[in-house]
Amino acid sequence: MIHNSSAIAVAIFLLFVGAVLGLSFYLGAKAKSSKDYFTAGGTIHWAVNGVAFAGDYLSAASFLGICGMIAFYGYDGFLYSIGYLAGWIVALFIIAEPLKRLGRFTFADALDNKFNSRGIKLTAAISTLVVSIFYLIPQMVGAGALVQPLLGFPHFVGVITVGLVVILIVVSAGMVSTTWVQFIKGSLLVGLCAAITVMILARGISTSPKEADGTSAKVFARDVQLADLTKEPAKTVIPPSSAWTNKPYVRILDKATGSVSVWKTEANGTLFETQSITVLKDGRKLVNGKPQGKSEGQEDLKPVGYAYRLPDGASETGPLGPLSFFRTMQNTDVILWGSDKITEKDGSVTNIYYQKPTPGSDFLTPGSSPTFKKVRSNKFSDKLDFLSLMLALFCGTASLPHILIRYYTVKDQASARKSTVVGIAAIGFFYVLTLYLGLGAMTSGTLDVTDSNMAAPLLAKSFNEVLFAVISAVAFTTVLGTVSGLIMAASGAVAHDIITNYLKMDLDDFKKVRAAKIAAICVGLLAIVLGILFSKMNVNFLVGWAFNIAASANLPALVMLLFWKKTTKQGITAAITAGMISSLGWILLSAQAYKDVYGIDPEKAIVPFSQPAIVSIPLGFIVLVVVSLLTANKDAQKAAA
Amino acid sequence: MAGLDLDFKIPVTKEQEDETVVTHNARLGILLFVVYVHFYAGFMILSAFNPAIMSTPVLGGLNLAIVYGFLLIAAALVLALIYMVLCKKSG
Repeated sequence: MIHNSSAIAVAIFLLFVGAVLGLSFYLGAKAKSSKDYFTAGGTIHWAVNGVAFAGDYLSAASFLGICGMIAFYGYDGFLYSIGYLAGWIVALFIIAEPLKRLGRFTFADALDNKFNSRGIKLTAAISTLVVSIFYLIPQMVGAGALVQPLLGFPHFVGVITVGLVVILIVVSAGMVSTTWVQFIKGSLLVGLCAAITVMILARGISTSPKEADGTSAKVFARDVQLADLTKEPAKTVIPPSSAWTNKPYVRILDKATGSVSVWKTEANGTLFETQSITVLKDGRKLVNGKPQGKSEGQEDLKPVGYAYRLPDGASETGPLGPLSFFRTMQNTDVILWGSDKITEKDGSVTNIYYQKPTPGSDFLTPGSSPTFKKVRSNKFSDKLDFLSLMLALFCGTASLPHILIRYYTVKDQASARKSTVVGIAAIGFFYVLTLYLGLGAMTSGTLDVTDSNMAAPLLAKSFNEVLFAVISAVAFTTVLGTVSGLIMAASGAVAHDIITNYLKMDLDDFKKVRAAKIAAICVGLLAIVLGILFSKMNVNFLVGWAFNIAASANLPALVMLLFWKKTTKQGITAAITAGMISSLGWILLSAQAYKDVYGIDPEKAIVPFSQPAIVSIPLGFIVLVVVSLLTANKDAQKAAA
Repeated sequence: MAGLDLDFKIPVTKEQEDETVVTHNARLGILLFVVYVHFYAGFMILSAFNPAIMSTPVLGGLNLAIVYGFLLIAAALVLALIYMVLCKKSG
């Protein structure tokens, strides 16, 4: 492990998580029935409700993922911030009020109300289940990323812990996520991020950042000649075996220490130092040729992240203002890191992390990350991936099953609008901060090259341990809250909608609760497995997929139900099914899934880009209109006959 | 059972609503939505079809990508405020 855990940090973390959980149980117990929850809503001030909006919406996954993506690649992570916020415009201006006039909270509910059809109940329940599970994956992956630097556990231990704790909470008591808990979490998250932003600006940017304990981050060698590296007699070049031929790497063995350093050949013939981790066939891990670890004779991956060339050749900028920070970053070259994988014949796999000096003018414009680099190509079809994601984010917010609910927890429409404005202000402010946080992490000297999701907590760690522990705790409790909410929604969909309403099994209350609990356990276990399976992916990318599915399955049905009188129940069922299957299938067949989930060559992927929304949302609308027109005719004929 | 209830299954009490108020508010919502969609689409089209232009400094030395991105966030808030102020109260 690249990270050391500290006892104080762990103590603060546990105390904090315990306190927030205790508070939720206390407040949850007070609001016994679901009715209480809403009548209590009438007494909640719109400003509190507005911040609670932020607490609900800012899932830890998006916080960790956006910061990580910006820290690793720059501006592209911020595209998600823009899209997530823009989604609120759809929710506020188009969906929320007509939906409330139908007297319902969510789209599934509204559909139920208007048509009362078994087919719709089933498809809506399945769509809730699928969206919840896809939204669960990034939360679980994020939980693992939080626990790893803090407690020093491997990633999967974090995922399993969260999964089991949440299953326990849901099955034993049920955690009612109350407005006040969301208010506290929302304000803490936004407040802490604002504080860290001030600290980033006060610290400025440096070519050799120092950690909280005063040690400087390692500055990796660059522009070195091969002759200089092999001057000492103990150092020799390892002849490339089959897997290494035609690769831009030179391996140098130091016979005195046994370490193997890998150097990347640049276009001008000079060599840049890399970090490499080799997993041998028997599972042992070697870092730069030595066993991975912190003790004598062992080596570990070094934290990274510093400026390479500051404007005017300075070595550090000193404190910066909110605008001069971006101006300076635009004119700064930063060492970002790329990765490469080499598989030997004997089955051992070497991951190489290499330096990528990148100018600010490049990483502060769209298209700097591998995900969106095609934006910069000249082919039209290459741009669709980007456009598709921005569409999914725009349409996804209003289609998520759990988002609009809070709109109804205040006493009237005017208060609802006021709290939405407060919510948009808090969420927007937070998303502005993400750009500072991400770029701050990029130059913090504490990044872990293997995992972008840890960038935000590690940034806090570069300031001090207490801040690190508190921000991890806030993020962790947010994960617990979101995960339990999602598991409950998913198990509710199974127990209530599928078993009771669709299969018409007559369960008494006791059996219904038992069915829901069994469903909760199954969904929880599934979430654990998926969390481990998807652990290599940036969590934000995964949240983006959840938005794609939600928007494709739900938005066409939702919009047409509210605005097109000829919509029929068959049209709705067909649109949800088509949107869900096409977007889900598309995602599972995309290059990203091939590479990060199945480990197959991404070149073999069947679909041309990884974000389905631009295809599947229009498909949903077309299917709805066609099926509605066909079935409306049939009904009319029947009536005539 | 508390936690396993789907809280949102309870119907909301409907407010007394005047048809003209509803129409006025809905029109206003759609108008503001259209304004924002154009602004958002402009950003997407520029980023997708002319990414080079996003790196030109436009305001206070900041490049277009940062300025436009921040403006999109600010615009969401401003439009929401306008909506709040101009919406007629029901009843």
